[in-house]
Amino acid sequence: MRPLFSLEQPIGFSQLRSRLVDVLLLLLVSASAALAADLEVGPRARYTTIAAAIAAAQPGDRVVVQGGVYQESGLQINKAISLIGKNQPVIDGNMRGEILTITSSGVVVKGFVLKNVEVSYLKDHAAIRVIESRNVTLEDNTILNAFFGIYLQRSVDCTIRNNTVRGEGTTETGSGNAIHLWYCDSSRIEGNRVSGHRDGIYLEFVKESSVSRNLSENNLRYGLHFMFSDGNAYRHNVFRKNGAGVAVMYTRNIVMEHNTFEQNWGSAAYGLLLKEISRSVIAHNTFVRNTTGIYMEGSSRLDIRQNNFRENGWAVRLLSSCVQDTFQQNNFIGNTFDIATNGNSQQNYFAQNYWDKYQGYDLDKDRVGDIPYRPVSLYSMVVEKVPPSIMFMRSFIVDLMDAMEKVFPSFTPEKLLDEQPSMVRW
Amino acid sequence: MEKVIKYVLYDILRNRIVIGYTGFLLLMSLGLFQLENDPSKAVLSLLNVVLLVVPLISIIFATIHFYNSQEFMELLVAQPINRQKIFYSEYLGVALSLAAAFAIGVGVPVLLFGGSGPAGVYLISAGIFLTFIFVSLAFLASVLTRDKAKGIGLALLLWFYFSLLYDGLVMMVLFYFSEYPLENVSLGMLSLNPIDLGRVLVLLQIDVSALMGYTGALYKSLFSNFTGVLYAGLLMLAWVLLPLMLAKRIFIRKDL
Amino acid sequence: MITIKNLTKRYGKLQVLNGLSVEFERGQVVSIIGPNGSGKTTTIKCLLGMVLPDSGEIYIDDELVLKQWEYRSKIGYMPQISHFPENMKVRQLFEMMKDIRKDVQELDEELIGLYNIQKMWDKRLGALSGGMKQKVSAALAFLFQPDILILDEPTAGLDPLSSEILKAKILKEKKKDKLILITSHIMSEIEEVADDIMCMEEGNLRFYSSIAALKEETGESRLSKAIAKLMMR
Repeated sequence: MRPLFSLEQPIGFSQLRSRLVDVLLLLLVSASAALAADLEVGPRARYTTIAAAIAAAQPGDRVVVQGGVYQESGLQINKAISLIGKNQPVIDGNMRGEILTITSSGVVVKGFVLKNVEVSYLKDHAAIRVIESRNVTLEDNTILNAFFGIYLQRSVDCTIRNNTVRGEGTTETGSGNAIHLWYCDSSRIEGNRVSGHRDGIYLEFVKESSVSRNLSENNLRYGLHFMFSDGNAYRHNVFRKNGAGVAVMYTRNIVMEHNTFEQNWGSAAYGLLLKEISRSVIAHNTFVRNTTGIYMEGSSRLDIRQNNFRENGWAVRLLSSCVQDTFQQNNFIGNTFDIATNGNSQQNYFAQNYWDKYQGYDLDKDRVGDIPYRPVSLYSMVVEKVPPSIMFMRSFIVDLMDAMEKVFPSFTPEKLLDEQPSMVRW
Repeated sequence: MEKVIKYVLYDILRNRIVIGYTGFLLLMSLGLFQLENDPSKAVLSLLNVVLLVVPLISIIFATIHFYNSQEFMELLVAQPINRQKIFYSEYLGVALSLAAAFAIGVGVPVLLFGGSGPAGVYLISAGIFLTFIFVSLAFLASVLTRDKAKGIGLALLLWFYFSLLYDGLVMMVLFYFSEYPLENVSLGMLSLNPIDLGRVLVLLQIDVSALMGYTGALYKSLFSNFTGVLYAGLLMLAWVLLPLMLAKRIFIRKDL
Repeated sequence: MITIKNLTKRYGKLQVLNGLSVEFERGQVVSIIGPNGSGKTTTIKCLLGMVLPDSGEIYIDDELVLKQWEYRSKIGYMPQISHFPENMKVRQLFEMMKDIRKDVQELDEELIGLYNIQKMWDKRLGALSGGMKQKVSAALAFLFQPDILILDEPTAGLDPLSSEILKAKILKEKKKDKLILITSHIMSEIEEVADDIMCMEEGNLRFYSSIAALKEETGESRLSKAIAKLMMR
């Protein structure tokens, strides 16, 4: 670092103070543009390698990389510079460890294609790794065929926006996560498209962050996976065709709104798997064609409202370990089973949901059915207790059994019912 | 033998039940494909009807036909024709015409509108197998008793057993022994009811099989390879042949 | 030509045939008589293989015929009551029979002509009256020129004229050295066509001899009287 000012000259205190103010002003200005330099990288530019340009750059400088393919890996950014790609330059890691490691705050990486990061069973190689930094922005990058895509650890206030991370993973162990945050805080993950990795977005010990407008599809395990990550908000994301859907564990105070969980289909797939979640809001989401829309285990005080459950195998599987959850004003349409449960005493609350299987009537025309709806079918209970009896799915006896139970309820949980089933869709 | 089959077929086509049956199946299939935009769902709905209607119509029609053909068989047994031949001709005449009705009524719409994927083919095969199986059972019921009313009663009972009673009993067994691993047991029990076997085979081809969890995965791993399909096919064939052979044995010793 | 040895048949508690042994020769016209339930029809059905005896043997042309079927090409059978597939037309019935019996080159279509069966060619068999069915049945029995004719109550449903035609036909066939077995209750008819009488009772033979010998033995000139006398003994 070149010195901004010298203290070798003796000066008075007032002078020093005015000088300091000047310097601070200068600092601010220089940081923004005035003194910042653009370091061009390209085949015929001053720098032909990105590594050389980074080494030469001063904090606040911009390293501008022209289109082309750069065979580089192990790039380290330890100062607050911006790495800007023009015309989608490609950095090919050639399967040699990580491509970019950021250890400084205030770094911007934008507009690159990073590809070919080695799969390792010992180290979690990532295309871009951010270590213990603040205010790092990763934007408009495309990451192809990487072990891990973007990996943030112990970082705060970072933004991961509009990146595309596309893996070619075939096995869960041979593939890392597309976007991985570990011990991070106050970050934003927005508008990214992630696919073909083990988990699309993975958060562990992440607080007060937001995940929004992302598309996570065709990942081997979970589209979104988070544990011990309290106080986060997930909005307007789409999770589609992931091996096992979305898993949310050991967390509280989260908000999940306006997300779409669709086509997470397979014998071990869930739209949303909730395990040990409490005090959270799940609202305005759409669950379409999932084997299980929401699977809930040990969850409490969840407010599940105004969601759409359409054409799922099980719309909701509510294990008896769940208490004080509220299901209100949701639509249940075309699901094989609306609610399944394994227990008897249910301390969850259902009200004003729309159930397409509801066959009651509304004589007083208040748009609320006059008789309660029991969303748990007898067969779903049998299946819950004796899984092999699923072999009778769609058989005559099952239809008959459920019809009988509807007329004379005697086995299904007494308290699990919607007292005010809505006659119209929300 | 084909001569006799020809006349049996001719006789069946004369009374319009089989034609009505074809029309019913055709209307139903086309209707379901019209109502459902998703062809695999239509196939699923069709499966329910096929599993209920095909066995019922097959067994009742074949039983009534057998009793109504008493004269024809009496006429033929006085001729230099092997009794076994008469029996098999009757069987093939009935089974083939019902199977043809099914192939036209369900098979053609499914092939036209059923979408890609093997589910449709499985549905058609299951339906045709069930037709042959329940005609076999009908013939068994018919040779067991001389009285037409009793014979039809017995046929209905058989249908009731395979469509409903058996499943109920198996479900009870599964329930009482739910502490034990029952996947293989349930697989064995599946083999003992052709309707269940047909249903599961078709379901495994439709994406709702994902709902079948571990049990479904086990079945899928078994029935998704050639050996598994062969096993299922042989099982179905056994369901055709065993009642048929038994009925034939009784028939050739029977006094007319 | 036909040898029956020790034929027994039991329907539940009812012993229908009880060790019946009898022989029939070519050129014979035998009338089988006996009270209802004496085993006449069962014997015939055993001959045709429609009923399997519990024990005993039946030989036709010295061959054991039980559980065989080829031998039936030698037999023309006219049942007591004809059951035909109702939906079939008369023409189809004859075509089918000819189709099944393709082995026979020369057909005897005399009765088809005499009974004017062509006239009902396009009628459904179910729509025919009992008598018309009997005519069809008779025509079929003679159609393939069998060596053995078995006629069970052949004239029961026929009008007098048709009966006469049938009797004439029987006599005509008799001259062709055929074996003809007839069951009947009408003595005058028996006298007209048969040479021998086989009388059954409780599943066994009561007597079996020529009509002439019967008359001589009883000293009666009328067959019915002669038989009545014999049965009284």
